[in-house]
Amino acid sequence: MTASIAVPLVAPLLELRGVSVSFDGFWALNDLNLSLAPGELRAVIGPNGAGKTTFLDVITGKVRPTKGDVVFRGRSLLGIAEHRIARLGIGRKFQTPRVYQNLSPRRNLELAVKGSHSPFNLLLGSLDSRQRQRVQELLAVVGLEAHASRRAGSLSHGQKQWLEIAMLLAQDPYVLLVDEPVAGLSEEETERTGALLRSLAGDHTVLVIEHDMDFIRELDCPVTVLHEGHVLCEGTMETVQSDPRVIEVYLGVEDDV
Amino acid sequence: MDLLYDTLFNGLAIGSVLVLAALGLAVVFGLMGVINMAHGELMMLGAYTTFVVQNLFKNGPLAGLFPIYILVAIPLAFLVSGLAGLLLEKTVIRRLYGRPLETLLATWGVSLILQQFVRSVSSAFVVGLVVAVALGLLAPRLWPSSWAQRRWTPLLAVASWVISGLIGIILANGLGGVRVLDQPWFSARNLDVTAPLWLRGSVELGGVNMPTARLFIVALTAIALVAVHWFLQKSVWGIRIRAVTQNRSMSDCLGIPTETVDALTFLVGSGLAGVAGVAVTLLGSVGPNLGGNYIVDCFMVVVLGGVGKLLGTVVAALGIGVLSYVIGSGSLLLLWPAMPAGLNELITFFATTSMAKVLVFALIVVFLQFRPAGLFPQKGRLVEA
Amino acid sequence: MAKLRTWLPWLLLVAAALILPAILPPFRLNLLGRFLSLGIVALGIDLIWGFTGMLSLGQGIFFALGGYAIGMHLQLLSLAPGELPEFFGLYGVKQLPVFWQPFQSFVFTGLCVWVLPALVAGVLGYLVFRNRIKGVYFSILTQAALLVFFNFFNGQQKLINGTNGLKTDTARIFGELVGSDAMQRNLFWLTVVFVMAAWLLCRWLTRGRFGDALIAIRDDEPRLRFTGYNPTAYKTLVFAIAGAMAGVSGALYTVQSGIVSPQYMAVPFSIEMVIWVAVGGRGTLIGAVLGAVLINYAKSLVSEQLPETWLFIQGGLFLLVVTALPDGLVGWWRQGGPRHIKAMVGWPALAPTYPGLDLDPAAQAERQAFRSDLPPGGAP
Repeated sequence: MTASIAVPLVAPLLELRGVSVSFDGFWALNDLNLSLAPGELRAVIGPNGAGKTTFLDVITGKVRPTKGDVVFRGRSLLGIAEHRIARLGIGRKFQTPRVYQNLSPRRNLELAVKGSHSPFNLLLGSLDSRQRQRVQELLAVVGLEAHASRRAGSLSHGQKQWLEIAMLLAQDPYVLLVDEPVAGLSEEETERTGALLRSLAGDHTVLVIEHDMDFIRELDCPVTVLHEGHVLCEGTMETVQSDPRVIEVYLGVEDDV
Repeated sequence: MDLLYDTLFNGLAIGSVLVLAALGLAVVFGLMGVINMAHGELMMLGAYTTFVVQNLFKNGPLAGLFPIYILVAIPLAFLVSGLAGLLLEKTVIRRLYGRPLETLLATWGVSLILQQFVRSVSSAFVVGLVVAVALGLLAPRLWPSSWAQRRWTPLLAVASWVISGLIGIILANGLGGVRVLDQPWFSARNLDVTAPLWLRGSVELGGVNMPTARLFIVALTAIALVAVHWFLQKSVWGIRIRAVTQNRSMSDCLGIPTETVDALTFLVGSGLAGVAGVAVTLLGSVGPNLGGNYIVDCFMVVVLGGVGKLLGTVVAALGIGVLSYVIGSGSLLLLWPAMPAGLNELITFFATTSMAKVLVFALIVVFLQFRPAGLFPQKGRLVEA
Repeated sequence: MAKLRTWLPWLLLVAAALILPAILPPFRLNLLGRFLSLGIVALGIDLIWGFTGMLSLGQGIFFALGGYAIGMHLQLLSLAPGELPEFFGLYGVKQLPVFWQPFQSFVFTGLCVWVLPALVAGVLGYLVFRNRIKGVYFSILTQAALLVFFNFFNGQQKLINGTNGLKTDTARIFGELVGSDAMQRNLFWLTVVFVMAAWLLCRWLTRGRFGDALIAIRDDEPRLRFTGYNPTAYKTLVFAIAGAMAGVSGALYTVQSGIVSPQYMAVPFSIEMVIWVAVGGRGTLIGAVLGAVLINYAKSLVSEQLPETWLFIQGGLFLLVVTALPDGLVGWWRQGGPRHIKAMVGWPALAPTYPGLDLDPAAQAERQAFRSDLPPGGAP
């Protein structure tokens, strides 16, 4: 039933197999199947309550699926603690920008930069020159060099969004899960964010959840539509948009609230 | 077998007091995420109210009604503690919304003040207090209105309160010279509340001797539970309270006056503490430290019972009450005389009230390792929001 | 110049530590020493509450454990071989309980004072943090744990003399009575050294990336977890460190007050500790020490004069600090509090519109000259 999508030749990097999540009898995810190829850029859309955030919660280990399995690089992620999943190479940006408000952008990035995260290492070791350089690079990438020492809490909304994306990059993950990266951004900022995400694909696998359809079109990538916890259809933006089921779901012919 | 029932019944009575005491705390915590450290002192206020009512009915024209004074004390204690709680909510807790740890500290401060208040309250003290508060509230009306917008207005406000306070203190000290006015109402001593005769006897039920006072407590708890359940499930304000508990911002959008709901919940929760205070007078004497003896147990009930369900509170409170009593009274030894020596020694070791608490707490910590969210956790995505 | 600025406070401190014993009467010096030692437990609370956001109402456990460790050692110290501390006789105990034995060694005691509380804190903390219990739940669990320890120590006469506690001032170290003035002076100096060391330790912990991680835990723990950190490890470690500091603090306090008793684990005392930090300013290290000394000094003064008002004052202080001074005295000072007050009474500092221009000395001189040209009475 799924719409035409190029079957990846390589083994998938991340795969959800028949994942279902139940909250007290309410099925937030219902037999969800999805796979991401290495280097892919993928957009996920869906109306409110389609299970988009729960879907990220399952991958990152915050919610344990009631049924099904999540496989990352040939290994099941079930039962692995969030911080270990993050260390395996799955980074997540939250819906509302979440940066450490009382630390400067530089210190935010220094906490996120790839390396040992054990308390003893943080106490006794210090950043090596490569890590320092990476922090500096990332500050430049997201245009925060001039604000590197301000309190992150005093940055604008867009700057916080970018700082969080930079923190994600600092982790150097295989997969970036990006939840609503352009919510509340200006048009110009949206454009730059799109360009940034496109440039990341290839080296990284990027999954973007967004409501902004223009932005998704701009990303020019395969789209997965979620509805009531399972995949409604997959395909390019054009095919998806012309799919009658998608139109029904979004425009709400029936009991869609 | 009788012994078993006896033990269970006594445990049930202790547990019932805990249900009453923890009920208000749990409702408030469920709604506002606020732990009220002064909850025990609100209980204490209820207990002192009972003492006052008892004194009123002891002699004079009302003496004939002495047997039912406790029925008068219950609504009155509810009112006194409830209003004290309302005042607390309006003046302190409201300012600290969203800062639960600060609320904890502030309410602890209030509990200290309340404890000292019942120790030192005397007629002179009350006059001083009333005058100070009245002056402090009136002062802004005595100034020219142009003073209200000046740079130094905040300083003026502080200064006027300080001065009102000083006037109050001086007045109280001056009046303290008069012997009658200086007499503390309660003093720091523990006071005994005399129960009416019918609450001092006991009833034979199925071969078990049940003190009527304890039966009364169990019945009172049951009635309070039914009332709270009805209030939360059926009344308009109860439904509003539940709506705000589940989703505050949504309720706000739907036009539910969340501030009023907070205030009302606090009033009801505090009032229940007052009722618990009445029950406590039947078990022992009344003193300024009464609250402290119950408060930590109440906290444990909230931790163990989870948030948002009455059943959790009831099960946790009864569980803790019965278990503490059974262990603390050492009745296990009597129930099972042929116990192996090692176990026997262990149980004897824990067979005091305070050591039973040690064991019960250890059990709670072990339990939390398996069910961190308590007995009846709320599920869903919003929990850790 | 910069060097002087960093060293001056330390020089002043050392000078004060040397001069104070000479000018203060022994009683006051002893009080100051005690309050300073409380500064160490306050520093620990600042670490876990001010920086990491965990409000523990049970630091008294670790404080008292440190105190009991040193108390037991001192009880055993001046005994002849085969003799038992006096109180054992009251309960008919004929043989030294096993766990008392190692406290005959000074080295063991010295370790125990901080390792034991750290271990207890670590284990308790791990069990709680592992399950992501935080916020008020954590606070009331620590309080319950405190009550449990209090009950236990209170009830065990045969093991540690129950309610009566252990006296330390009649013991002798190097032939000198612990309670003597000379010994108390030495203990005062020892306390000063320990407070400085504790301050340096906390500064080291909070300055670098480790401190950043603590602040990150306080502000947004899930975010840190999804960055690949394990907050449980950090919280357990920092709680254990605070426990160790509480233990050292308790030991110093015990030897200077002459007794350790279960009262050190009383519920109100542990909450008081938190309010020292709140008044001084949480998140500022110096605030914690200042708060501990100031509040306790105030308490001893008020309690000497008007004992019944202390609870009112203390309760009022809780309310005032929480509602009006959330960052404490030091935080208020650093955020320009005195300037605000000054501005209220009519001397507002001029806010430069163009700092580069307005603050230029030449421009200021010119403005001054312009002002003096005007007739008295000011500008039109």
